[in-house]
Amino acid sequence: MIPELLRAALVIARRDFTATVLSRAFIFFLIAPLFPILLGGVFGGIGARVAEQASRPVVAVAMSPAEYRSLSAVRDRLSRAIGEDKLVRFKYVERAGDDWRGQARRLLTEPDSNVRAVVYGWFGDPHILGDVRPDDAIVRQVGMMLDDAQMPPLGAPNLKIDRVEGSTANLSQKRALTGQLGQMLLFFLTLLLAGMLLSQVIEEKSNKIIEVIAAAVRIDAMFLGKLFAMLGSSLLGITVWVTAGALAIASLKSGGLAALPVPAVGWPVFLALGFLYFAMNYLLFGAVFLGIGAQASTAREVQTLSMPVTFAQVIIFGLASTAVGSPGSTEALAAAVFPLSSPLVMVAQAAEQPQLWPHLLALAWQALWVGLILWASARIFRRSVLKSGPQRKWWKLGRS
Amino acid sequence: MLRQAQHERVNEGFAVEARDLVKDFGETRAVDGVSLAVPQGAIYGLLGPNGAGKTTTLRCLLGIIDPSSGTRRVLGTDKPLQAAHHIGYLPEERGLYPSMHARDGIAFMGALRGLPLAEGRRRAETLLAAHGLRDWARKPIRTLSKGMAQTVQLLGTLVHKPRLIVLDEPFSGLDAINQGKLEALIREQAACGATIIFSTHVIAHAERLCERIAIIAQGKVAFEGSVDDARGKLQPIVRLRTRNADGPWRSVIPTGSQRGDGEFVFELPKGGPEPLLKALIDGGAGIEALSIERPGLHEAFVAIAGEAAAAAMGAPVGEAE
Repeated sequence: MIPELLRAALVIARRDFTATVLSRAFIFFLIAPLFPILLGGVFGGIGARVAEQASRPVVAVAMSPAEYRSLSAVRDRLSRAIGEDKLVRFKYVERAGDDWRGQARRLLTEPDSNVRAVVYGWFGDPHILGDVRPDDAIVRQVGMMLDDAQMPPLGAPNLKIDRVEGSTANLSQKRALTGQLGQMLLFFLTLLLAGMLLSQVIEEKSNKIIEVIAAAVRIDAMFLGKLFAMLGSSLLGITVWVTAGALAIASLKSGGLAALPVPAVGWPVFLALGFLYFAMNYLLFGAVFLGIGAQASTAREVQTLSMPVTFAQVIIFGLASTAVGSPGSTEALAAAVFPLSSPLVMVAQAAEQPQLWPHLLALAWQALWVGLILWASARIFRRSVLKSGPQRKWWKLGRS
Repeated sequence: MLRQAQHERVNEGFAVEARDLVKDFGETRAVDGVSLAVPQGAIYGLLGPNGAGKTTTLRCLLGIIDPSSGTRRVLGTDKPLQAAHHIGYLPEERGLYPSMHARDGIAFMGALRGLPLAEGRRRAETLLAAHGLRDWARKPIRTLSKGMAQTVQLLGTLVHKPRLIVLDEPFSGLDAINQGKLEALIREQAACGATIIFSTHVIAHAERLCERIAIIAQGKVAFEGSVDDARGKLQPIVRLRTRNADGPWRSVIPTGSQRGDGEFVFELPKGGPEPLLKALIDGGAGIEALSIERPGLHEAFVAIAGEAAAAAMGAPVGEAE
């Protein structure tokens, strides 16, 4: 037989879940991640173009064709070693007349010219003209390429490669990256849902249904039901997002998850723990936000509360992120023990450390805190909103 | 042990008992030592002017709020939420989820009280049909009129067939026809064995429905008992018309009791009607018309509640203003 608290919570959860999922607003909730992706795409594209133009300046080379070929060959070799995007781009310009300096100046001032500097003269007496200083990357790169281009060609030594998979340093660095990704995912998902959680009790308060519910079930059952409903709605949303995202990644890029380093506990356990930690992170923050939001009577009050709540989440994320990369440190332990940062820390730890027992302990610890926060939230709600019981100071709340 | 057993037997007769309930909101005392006992199967009225503490008393009894002090016992338990499955409650401030269908709203309220959802839906269909709302069962509550929505909430209060029904100002906002229907529904529920407590400040409903009442004023119970007992608190009213304007008979009539139309209206003297009649006849009043009327609950309520208010303000009744 289901305990009454759970039964009542499920009644509330079913109502809330249905009301949320069958509302038009849920469609917007489902497509919400598209907006940052679209905006990211648009602004990213613009930014990339701007960055490309800013970081990869074009240098006109007004030298002999043979000199340009030598210079270009050096540039090509370098680009294979350090990447195309890190090098200046060359543009060949045929020399005209004897006034090479005058020609270079004209090249710089031509309308719509994207030339940042002009290299002119010959290998024995090269010049660079433009708004550049001796320590600019553009000058240093061109200088190095000119030096290299003038050297007599030597047979390159054959570098022998002896590959070892996953050195300790490399593996832990990559796993820390997986942990960080997991942490960020959890953080952003909870951040997205915070606003919804804050306003969960507003409907009941504004429609006066709270009185009917409070007379029939315990307030903590109502809070628990609301949390379950929101968890269900968000998991549904996340399933849709993840499926769509995975399909998109699979269609756009080969590798997908396989491209990420394997977490210390392995992918299946990591995903299972990720799911559990999402649920715990959600329930912990949800219990706090429900308690805070339940104090608000209007949507305006909820809006006022959202900003400090978001700041608090960012601070907790900051605390949790200190643990990534140093799983055994005091900071990591403190962040793992602090209930609100615990799920974020532990999901990262799942990527970095193979032991499973700390996760069992952490999940039990977090579940305990979900219960405690719900209990406290329900009591505060009864005292402050329903005005129930003798008046007490908040610091004496636990004693009754 | 014997005393305990006797006490429990006495308790079996009451659906609700409260002893010295006190509820403070900060510095304000909303309920001040309320004690009452509602017999099983009774229709019990909680009467009082606005702000007297009726709603707070009901909320304390139902466990929505905890009293600052005092005890309460509802359907045999001092933790009312434990008996929630057997209680139906219609709050003063009506509330429903506007997007829910009428049928689902009723089933949801039943489910909160332990009724399986499917059974709740089935009963909701039947109840809605019985109250002329069959066509509205699958429509969102926001599309219903205020009266219909109130009916839906009332049906939600009753759908799980509660043993105790608590209605806070159930008649407010209803037109005369719907008030009549609600009175019939209350009688019907009582006939099925349910105990009904309702609060009101409209005396006529209590007078027609209640077997017992409590009059609350200033957070205190000013009176608890039957409607007849409440009426008995006041002396019957004598209305007298005489042919003779003056004579020895005037000595039995309180001064200042003659109205502008010549009629005398005064409380029946303590001795009863016989000495009064004798004095009038012997004193040569020439009785033209005489009636002795029992005071209504309204008069009793005004007198009792007014007395309590005056007492709370520390002034004699006559100087209450």
